[in-house]
This record gives sequence, structure tokens and C-alpha cells, in this order.
Amino acid sequence: MSSASNLKKVLTSGQFAVTAELGPPKNADAEVIRAKAKLLSGCADAVNITDCQTAIVRMSSIAASVVLMQEGLEPITQMTCRDRNRIAIQSDLLGAAALGLKNLLCLTGDHQKFGNHPNSTGVFDMDSIQLLQMVRMMRDEKVFQCGEEIKGKEPNFLLGAAANPFADPFEFRALRLAKKIAAGAQFIQTQIVYNIDKFAAWMKAVRDLGLHKKCYILAGVTPPKSIGMARYMKDNVPGLDIPDNVIARLQGAKDAKKDVQEEGINICVDIINKVKEIEGVAGVHIMAIEWESAIPEITKRAGLLPRPR
Amino acid sequence: MTNSNEPDIVAFCCHYTAYACSQDLRNLPRLGFPENVRLEILPCSGRISIIRLLKAFEQGADGIYVAGCKDDTCHNIRGSRVAKKRVDYAKDVFDQLNIEPERIEMFMISREPNRGFIEVAKEMTMRIKKLGPSPLKGK
Amino acid sequence: MIVGQRKPIQEIFEMLKGIKKILILGCGGCVTVCSAGGEKEVEILASILRINSKKTGEPVETKEKTLARQCDMEYLEELKDEVDKYDAVLSMACGVGVNFMADIYPKTIILPALNTSFMGVSDEQGVWSERCAGCGNCVLDKTGGLCPVARCSKRLFNGPCGGSQNGKCEINADIACVWQLIYDRLKGLNQLEKLQEIFPMKDWSSSLHGGPRKIVREDLKL
Repeated sequence: MSSASNLKKVLTSGQFAVTAELGPPKNADAEVIRAKAKLLSGCADAVNITDCQTAIVRMSSIAASVVLMQEGLEPITQMTCRDRNRIAIQSDLLGAAALGLKNLLCLTGDHQKFGNHPNSTGVFDMDSIQLLQMVRMMRDEKVFQCGEEIKGKEPNFLLGAAANPFADPFEFRALRLAKKIAAGAQFIQTQIVYNIDKFAAWMKAVRDLGLHKKCYILAGVTPPKSIGMARYMKDNVPGLDIPDNVIARLQGAKDAKKDVQEEGINICVDIINKVKEIEGVAGVHIMAIEWESAIPEITKRAGLLPRPR
Repeated sequence: MTNSNEPDIVAFCCHYTAYACSQDLRNLPRLGFPENVRLEILPCSGRISIIRLLKAFEQGADGIYVAGCKDDTCHNIRGSRVAKKRVDYAKDVFDQLNIEPERIEMFMISREPNRGFIEVAKEMTMRIKKLGPSPLKGK
Repeated sequence: MIVGQRKPIQEIFEMLKGIKKILILGCGGCVTVCSAGGEKEVEILASILRINSKKTGEPVETKEKTLARQCDMEYLEELKDEVDKYDAVLSMACGVGVNFMADIYPKTIILPALNTSFMGVSDEQGVWSERCAGCGNCVLDKTGGLCPVARCSKRLFNGPCGGSQNGKCEINADIACVWQLIYDRLKGLNQLEKLQEIFPMKDWSSSLHGGPRKIVREDLKL
């Protein structure tokens, strides 16, 4: 008898949710996950395990999620459309459910060109919206994508998706979110928010469509670890919007011979406090890329601890 | 016809550059135009084709060049620019064949009366002399 | 048209190792239009082979010929009396022509001089880009005539993805985001509601994924 997803419990209770993120290792060592799990313990309601993010080969999200679960944390397993066709995805999800995984984030996936195997095929048998639809039908209608009945236990996942308030065309973004929700998304994690004004504008468009009532929106936040990292994100990562004042703040700290990383944490905490005030935001998704150790401090300073048990 | 120590060079020149320094091409040797450069006049340098450049080399030239009007003064507006692209293509072919791409060149010369036409012929002769005879010779 | 490009010269030389008598065979169809394998390009490639032959001292005999097309039996049959005079035929047709020649002349070595890439258009002189992926089940009525299979890097049917920025695809700023184009077009045609429907998953069995394809028209067969 499996218990319900902890993330689902927190979201439906109306409490401000906190999710974090963890990248699996580029090797077969489960210890790496266990070590990161210890850092994140008690700081989040659930933890995303990425699925070959930026198309770089890493331990699979499902396998790493099981390891995380064994450490007592609740995983949000990720599934992209880049690497698997509908046969493999449905098969993997049956396995994931059988192993006790309860939360699934459905993504299209970064193009293989970005990763370390740019010569591979990109499967893209479906997109993230069709994926959401497929998994929802497996769960709610008990059917495979081909229409055949799932006899016996069906997979049961809390379904999530990603949204990018900063991508183009801006006026279509809220409508596309509506499609994701209609397809089955129950919670959304957004791309990293630094530009509060643009995020607020997107949230207004989302509220105008009533979407904040149909699904739980978690604002993505990331502490900038260095000026170099902030600049890199600004110039090189598609879909990120980093205003100049973020870099200015970090530079200011460096010039005043203060700890730049401290300032990075403060920037993150400030953003969390600001998005909390925006109507319709149900929580935050903290992505501390290769800096998981910052998460306990961030959640503490933002007044998000302790997490509900 | 040519001194065997002098390189065989074929020059494809547009009408305007060829006549830039003399009303009569027969005056060219007297003006210092090297004898080892065989002149082929085109109505416009843009008329040069890649196959013509390659065939000149195939048929024994040690070096080849195209002379056209300076970029913004081409009588046919874009002719010399087009010629340059084709010369660049031929240079790339040479490079892929492990033949010195410097054996083929594009020169953009003023149409005003000037000695540029003579100078590039001399420059190319010196260059090819340094590079030596075509790798296709003696085989 | 079908668009391709001549292979790098050294790669062609590798293929031709040990081959002395070569027929360089052009095609008057698509590859002439995209300046990859027509009569002019045959001339150039033949000259390149001869220049290399002179340089390396390895004798090579080239013959140049261009057929109207290499995807029709009636033109390839023109070669039947001469094809065995050559050690190999270096075809400058697209992959279709190379294959067909190999089907028809099983005893002849047929080599591809081109890398065939896509079905596309001439955007401007010297620039060609992809428009159709031959998926076998055209949905362009639903996307304002713009193809998400051929022109979206991830083949999304409910695009754009989160990487679309300033109308450009995240994988290459030279690639337009077709979903931005589809959005703009449908907006201009007052058909934006088409984008609110969830496009169902594609049936890929009509495409390459369903196996090599064949179309038979009984009404046209003799």
C-alpha cells in the first residue's frame, strides 16, 4: 500500500512549497547521490532528479530517484522526450511506479546538440504536452498510448511540467501553460527567475486565465555563485533573463571585498521573498547548480524552515 | 615563347583594368609588363568561371590570377566581387589538393590610368618564382 | 528540390583509390538547380581529378557525361552499352540516383560524389534550406503551411519550447523558430485558436520510421 506523494500533500494543504534539484552523477556511483541527499535533508518537500540535463549522459533519473528515496527524501523524477520513444517511456514509467516513485516532471528536453553526444539521434516521438497527456491517460483512464487497457495496477504520478515566463513569443506563453494544464500538469516549475517584473507580468497573464487555480506554480530560483556564472547564464543559456542589477550587486560585493557567494545567497533569498508576494505563486523550486550546500542556508534565511512533515 | 626560368602565368583581366595603363595592349611590354604573363581579356572579371581557372592550371600554368576593378568601381557593379568568390573557391580546391593556394590570386585594381596593372603582374611573377614550378610539371 | 553538396575532395579520392577509368556522371535535375552535381560541376570535378592525377603521378582517365535525370530508368538505360567500360561511375546525382544506378547496374561500382541532405528551397542565390521531411502525413493545414517536422529542431507539435528567443531556435541562432513563425502566421490569419488545441501524438509509421516506402498507383500502371 503506497502512501500519497508528500509534495502533493504540501501543495494541496495550501502551504508554500519548496522543491530542490539534484543532478545525478556522470558515473555509476550511488554514493554521490547519498552525499547530496544529506545536504538537502529537511530543506525541501521533494527533490527533482534531472534526466540527462543539457543532453549530457548521467545516471538515469529513475535509478537516481530510487537511491534518493532510500535516503528518505522524496524525488521528483524527470522524463524528457529526447531519448526515448513512447514504448520506452511507458515501460520506464511502469517500472518507476513499481519502484515507488510518485512525482513526475514531463519535459521536452534539451536538444542533443548541447550535450556530450551531439551525433546521436533525437527521438522526440512526442513533445512534453503529449507526454503529459499520455501519462495522465495511463493513470486516470488506465490505458496505454495505443488505447490498450492496462490490466492490473496502473502507474500513479503527480504530474508536473516546466514553464518559461521569459521565452518568446511572450503573449503565447500563458496560453501554452493552459495547454500543459489541460494535458494533465498539476504543478509547474518555472525557469529561473531574476527579472521579477517580467515574471510578475507573466503571472498576471496566468491569473487572467485562471490557471493559478488549476495548478500549483513554483517559481524557479538559483543563487548566482559568482560573477562569471551570472555572466555566463546571461550570455549563453537560452531562455534565461538576467537583469544587469544582479551582476551589479555581485560586482559591488566583490569591489567591497565582501564574500560574493554570500551576496549570491542573499540575491536568491530576496527573490524568494519577492515571489512569495505575487498572487498565484504556490512555492519555489530552488536550483543550486553544483552548490547544493547553499540550500539549507537559503531556505533558512528565507524563513522556509522547518518543512512540514 | 617564354624564358624557361620564368614562371608561366595566366592572367584573366577585365577589359577596364587591362586598358587602364595603355590605350593599346601592344604597348604593354614597353611599359614593363612581364613577358611570361599570358593575358586573357574578359569583358568583366565576373565572367571568369571556376573551370577556366582550373583548366589553366591543368594545362600547365605555374600561377594564375584574375584582375578586376576595385570593389566599388566595377563597371558591372558586382563583377569583381563575384570573381573574387570564384578565385577563393579555386584557392580552396588547391588547398584540398595540397597545392599552394597562393598560386592563384585575385587582384582588385583601379580603373584610373595607373601602373597597378603592371605591378600585379610583376608581383605575381615574383611570388610564383619563389614557389617554384607547378607541382604538375615534370610528371 | 533535393539539396546536396559535393563531398570533400579528399573523401572522394579515398573512394577512388585504385580506380583508373572513371565516368563522372551528372544529373540535370535537382542537383543542377542547387549547383552541386550538374554539367558544370561534373566539369569541375573531372578537372580536379585530373589535376590530382598529374600531381601524384597516378594515372586517371576521366569521362564526363550528364543525364537529364538519374531517377528514371529511361535515362540510366542510355548508359547500358558503355557502363562496363569504366572501373567505376562517380555519380554526382543525389542519393536517389546513386541507389537507382546501383539497382540497375549491379556489376558496376557506383560511388556517391555528393552528400545528399534535404528537400528544400533556394532562399537566395547560394543559400538553400530545408522545408519538408517527407513524413508521409502532411499537417500543414493546421500550422499555417509551416512544417514543425522539418523546421522544428525537436519536431514539436505543441511548440514553441522554452528555448525560443527572439524568433530563433535555441540550437542555432541562424535557425528561425518555426513555432514563432507559425504563431505569427496564424495570428495574422486570425486562426490562433488552432494553437489552443492539443495536437495529438504523430503517427510516425508513414515516415521513414515505418520502413522504406513505396507508392503504387494502379491507375497509372500499364
